[in-house]
Amino acid sequence: MSQSDWRSNRPPAGGVQEIGRVAPRADAAAKVTGAERYAADYYPENYVWAGVKRAGVPHARIMGVDTASARALPGVVAVLTHKDIGGKNRLGIFEKDQPILADGVVRHCGDAVALAVAETKEALTAALAAIRVDCEPLAAVFAPEEALAAGAPIVHEGRGGGNLLLESEICFGKAREALAGCRHAVELTVELGWQEHAFLETQTGVAWQEADGSLTIVASTQTPFRDRLELAEALGLTLDRIRVTAPYLGGGFGGKDGVTVQGFLALAALHSGGRPVKIWYSREESILAGTKRHPATVTYRLGCDADGVFQALDCRLVFDTGAYASLGTEVFALALEHAGGPYRIANVAVHGKIVYTNNPVAGAFRGFGVPQAAAGIEQAVDELARVAGFDPLAMRRKNAVGCGDTTPTGVVIGRPAGLAECLAQVERHPLWRERQTWREGAPPFKRRGVGVAAVYHGMGFGPAVADYANAKLELTAEGRITVCAGVADMGQGNATTCLQIVSHALGQPYGDMELVLPDTARTLPSASSSASRTTFTYGNALIGAAGVLRERILARGALLLSFQLLAPVNAAEVDLLPGRIYHAPSGRSVPLKVIAGFMDAAERTATYSYTCPVNRQAIPTGGNLRLHGYPHRIFSYAVKLARVEVDTLTGEARVCDFLSCVEAGRVLNPQLYEQQLHGGAAQGLGYALFEDFAVSGGEIATGDLATYILPTALDVPDMETVSVAVSEDEGPFGMKGVGEVVIDGVLPAVANAVAEAAGVRVTKGTLTAEKILAALRAGGREATR
Amino acid sequence: MIVRFTLNGRDVAIETTADRRVVDLLREDLGLTGAKECCGAGECGACTILVDGESRLSCLLLAAQLEGRDVLTAEGVAAGDRLHVVQQAFVDCGAVQCGFCSPGMVLATLDLLRRNPSPTREEARSALSGNLCRCGNYQKIVDAAVEAARRLNGGAG
Repeated sequence: MSQSDWRSNRPPAGGVQEIGRVAPRADAAAKVTGAERYAADYYPENYVWAGVKRAGVPHARIMGVDTASARALPGVVAVLTHKDIGGKNRLGIFEKDQPILADGVVRHCGDAVALAVAETKEALTAALAAIRVDCEPLAAVFAPEEALAAGAPIVHEGRGGGNLLLESEICFGKAREALAGCRHAVELTVELGWQEHAFLETQTGVAWQEADGSLTIVASTQTPFRDRLELAEALGLTLDRIRVTAPYLGGGFGGKDGVTVQGFLALAALHSGGRPVKIWYSREESILAGTKRHPATVTYRLGCDADGVFQALDCRLVFDTGAYASLGTEVFALALEHAGGPYRIANVAVHGKIVYTNNPVAGAFRGFGVPQAAAGIEQAVDELARVAGFDPLAMRRKNAVGCGDTTPTGVVIGRPAGLAECLAQVERHPLWRERQTWREGAPPFKRRGVGVAAVYHGMGFGPAVADYANAKLELTAEGRITVCAGVADMGQGNATTCLQIVSHALGQPYGDMELVLPDTARTLPSASSSASRTTFTYGNALIGAAGVLRERILARGALLLSFQLLAPVNAAEVDLLPGRIYHAPSGRSVPLKVIAGFMDAAERTATYSYTCPVNRQAIPTGGNLRLHGYPHRIFSYAVKLARVEVDTLTGEARVCDFLSCVEAGRVLNPQLYEQQLHGGAAQGLGYALFEDFAVSGGEIATGDLATYILPTALDVPDMETVSVAVSEDEGPFGMKGVGEVVIDGVLPAVANAVAEAAGVRVTKGTLTAEKILAALRAGGREATR
Repeated sequence: MIVRFTLNGRDVAIETTADRRVVDLLREDLGLTGAKECCGAGECGACTILVDGESRLSCLLLAAQLEGRDVLTAEGVAAGDRLHVVQQAFVDCGAVQCGFCSPGMVLATLDLLRRNPSPTREEARSALSGNLCRCGNYQKIVDAAVEAARRLNGGAG
């Protein structure tokens, strides 16, 4: 069977798109007209539905799965268990601990036990209800400290290390002794809850077997190439038997960084009698089964001298990864690397643990551990400033890292760093400068506070895992340029940026270009859309490929001209202009279509491989984090400011103004850049104030969008953005990744503002009205005018 | 039953069950995937359509409720290849990120501008607050709604 209507996405008509200017998003028109086909929008001819039977209990031994009555129902095509899987039935990156279908033990409520395939959604629902799972309950653990206690139930039996997934320590100087000698010191513990990605397009895809039996999977995924590797191993297939394509995603944010439905799709397609299969999680199943931001408890002790210079930091970070590692060890490593914030602190002890429990699975989520670390250090800095009598912004300026400095976790900043300028910009901004007047203007029964936070975010995968991209460009026989984007666009607009980069590099208009979205059969292996590295890495590869193609076009053009002019023509005398080459000495032009006809297909295709440089610094501590990404080489920086008004009668907090000042290198496209600043802040405001994810006994109490509250247009204020565009010369056109530094530090900026308004700090989870009211009460400020 | 209604300006008669959800009817039976399903419970607005010009959630509507109605989906808003003013404003203002909310947002904006041709930013925020955008792009969406109103009121595009 062929479902091969693989279309290239043609961008809107337009001229050459210069770097640094707004290039219209190539996907916008198709998206606003409903024409864009996301993975959710594929309904292949003669398709059947696939769906998953979930465990519903947090920890149990599976004694048997009775599928006979489900199979006997009308319209049921197949009912499958782990016994139908030919490979290792294990997914994962470093810790391959997660089965596609449970094979003996259930480790969280959302574990998949069986897979049903049916003619209709109704038949599928009936089939799933008819599957009988015979479970023997096991004692379960729901908190890291319980999980680490002697005699605790073990989530992964037989695993060396028990429930401790990873423990590490980064130490410099003598933190405890130095703290004791500090003029001022504070201690603070912050508890952080889960955060749900809640991408609007829930996990989905379709799959089918081609005539030769190989599998084609269309999925909403950030990682088509890694998915293929994982699926091949888990299912016992060779790479050439699996094709994965990634249309535009309806949001990802890290929650589609790895296999979600792809294993089910592949398995179902192998047992569907040759018919295509479709799976699309309901919102409830998406929340039940999907990964979340890690809950964490972070304890900070921070001290400074009489001048406000930080002297010592001692902190502990404990992360709950839930039932499976997912990308937990990498998230944990990044959190530890950033635990001390973007400051110079000589005496440091950072200690951390990440622990298995029978809770929902935590994994990658925009920010990747840094939001939790920033929540700790940035509230500790504010507390220290308050106790020591310093202005919180001035204290941050005094201690900020710059190029040549060493971070608290020993990383020598060897690249341009714009944090000091970010802080200076915020200090000069009216939202900060006029804060006192604004505070005093609070209406009756409202109190106002202004909070700031400073953050940095390491870009890319770190020293151990190759951060690579392979770009491909083609001059088509018609003289157009096809841009093969090997990295998924989950909504951030990097596909548009790929076109913009090539348009700029080759001087060809948008209207003469075509785009191929990630497809293991048409684009070249490239790492994931994640880690603030997507455009940095793929962009560098594209610039390389554009250079190769330009040289070939000019060389062939020169040859062609020399035949026409009957004289030798030097390629250096030929210019590449929109749609043609131009030879100034003779005034002759040759259309690209003619030159394309003078080249063979292989010559018209240019590829280029780029791998990010890494930080080769030998750091004497935290050695077991190296494999998971520590240390980084390039960082982006930001300062966030929130003006918050608290209602002393209800405890409700309203963010009135928000400022993001970001240094992420040069800006390629101001519109896309601003989208990231707005979006990251909005998601951070949700984390801070609204998204109170509740789990009890391993069961999720906020299992839908009626109970898990996302910010709406009424909750997110118009925001101010300032870009400090320091050039990072290793990045394409001087850029660095911006996708994550925009969410880091939003929670502590808000929390610092609320603490100022309420007089008491809320340190447990989401800052809901209930908790703020309790804080107001504790501080004697409830119902004060 | 056979349900008869006008869909994006064309008469439709389709054999279906009375209780078929409109979002399924549109997506699975009529091939119109502009209406997105994100929650199935009326919380997110991604499946917004216009029924007799008013915004409705197609995940909460049943097929029989369309009988005799005039239905507009995202696919029917543009005139051929020419985007509607509201759609063009969304494109120009950068109101689209992942785009999964965009069809619903465009339709909710059309409904808003029909009721209130010159909304303030606050009025636009309020009118669009039933449509979630997880990319958090509300500021530019509000920009687009206000800009579309300006253009529709005779301002230059």
